[in-house]
Amino acid sequence: MTALLLRDLRLATRAGGGFGLGLAFFLLVAVLVPLGVGPEPALLARIAPGILWVGALLACLLSLDRIFALDFEDGSMDLLAIAPIPLEGVVAVKALAHWLVTGLPLTLLSPVLGVLLHLPGPGYVWLVLSLALGTPALSMIGAFGAALTVGLKRGGLLLSLLVLPLYVPTLIYGAEAVRRGVDGQGAPTALLLLAGLTAGAAALLPFAAAAAIRVNLR
Amino acid sequence: MGGSVSHDLPHRHSRSRCRCRSGISGCVVGLTVIDLACARGGVTVLAGVRLTLPAGRALVLRGPNGIGKTTLLRTVAGLQPAVSGRVQADPESLTYAAHADGLKAALTARENLAFWAAVHGQGGVDAALTALNLTALQDRPAQHLSAGQKRRLGLARLLVTGRPVWLLDEPTVSLDAASVALFAEVLRGHLAQGGAALIATHVDLALDEAAVLDLTAFRAQSRSHGGAFDEAFA
Repeated sequence: MTALLLRDLRLATRAGGGFGLGLAFFLLVAVLVPLGVGPEPALLARIAPGILWVGALLACLLSLDRIFALDFEDGSMDLLAIAPIPLEGVVAVKALAHWLVTGLPLTLLSPVLGVLLHLPGPGYVWLVLSLALGTPALSMIGAFGAALTVGLKRGGLLLSLLVLPLYVPTLIYGAEAVRRGVDGQGAPTALLLLAGLTAGAAALLPFAAAAAIRVNLR
Repeated sequence: MGGSVSHDLPHRHSRSRCRCRSGISGCVVGLTVIDLACARGGVTVLAGVRLTLPAGRALVLRGPNGIGKTTLLRTVAGLQPAVSGRVQADPESLTYAAHADGLKAALTARENLAFWAAVHGQGGVDAALTALNLTALQDRPAQHLSAGQKRRLGLARLLVTGRPVWLLDEPTVSLDAASVALFAEVLRGHLAQGGAALIATHVDLALDEAAVLDLTAFRAQSRSHGGAFDEAFA
């Protein structure tokens, strides 16, 4: 399992691995929004939590189809399916690797982008906390979507259509936690719901994703 | 861990791991296929396949293109469910090698092998590199290897899995004559250690230990495309 995690991290950070792509996308979204809606601090401050969360979500989506598609094409998935590690574990480890190269850097970068969007002072803690708790769910739900579409040629668009609706609860609670944090009114409730979503996704979706891969390998 | 585990397909990995660290003698070696029917794309291509593969032996599958050699190997490996019949083998004793070698282009030859060795909890990367004459290429990224060299690296992976029963689908594709001889030597060594191999190939590997099974005899009858449709409207 550790070997698989290290391999995925190594592949992501080598040339052509796509590390930093999601991060650059996130940065661009945060830069483009003020250009689009105008530089009024009050307006930007109000929409900042939503924009940052939508940006993180789309940046996460960008690299989802790579989770299993590359391993499927070069035959690694066949070999992993008959390897001594359970396929559920393979799925969980690959989702974790995806989070480590997308969700975690996004979380760490988000305060900088908060500045760009005039996020009010109390919001930063909640922004980082909500992304740290919510992005693992994005990776895990995404891995499930990727497992469903892995056998398809150019399944990327279908993957987005499948996964985006499933991201809705995470987005609602994530952005809500930051908004409530800014207003100083009970952000922990939204954070707990977000943590619950992540825990549920991590507990159940590896099994669903592994079942989908088994079907797609036939 | 006494007798072989009989499993109805589709088989999952049994949680009781068969540890083969001390060579391959610790595993239950051998494979028995009983009245197996397997399908490709919903069409049954082979039916009533029976074969027995004891330790130390190889069985070469022959038959024209499309007869179902790959389908049979994938079914035996547990990658797809059988239509009917059974495969009796310890799922932890099988390993599979096909056209796609499972190599990562961005990793070096050694890193690729070391990964598969670690997944299977084995060592022996150096021995595997030496056995397939890849030592000089070990630090090259796999994307810079030729097709034949990649194939050799894919075959070296079999050695680092430490699994005794090899299911090989056209293992000699894109290998030159010298590499085919090298691979035959590796295979002979594997069989001499008590391993076994089920090989779909059109090339004569000159193995004394190998029997030949022609799959033409097991071709499934009257299950062609649209058969049910035609019958329904007859």
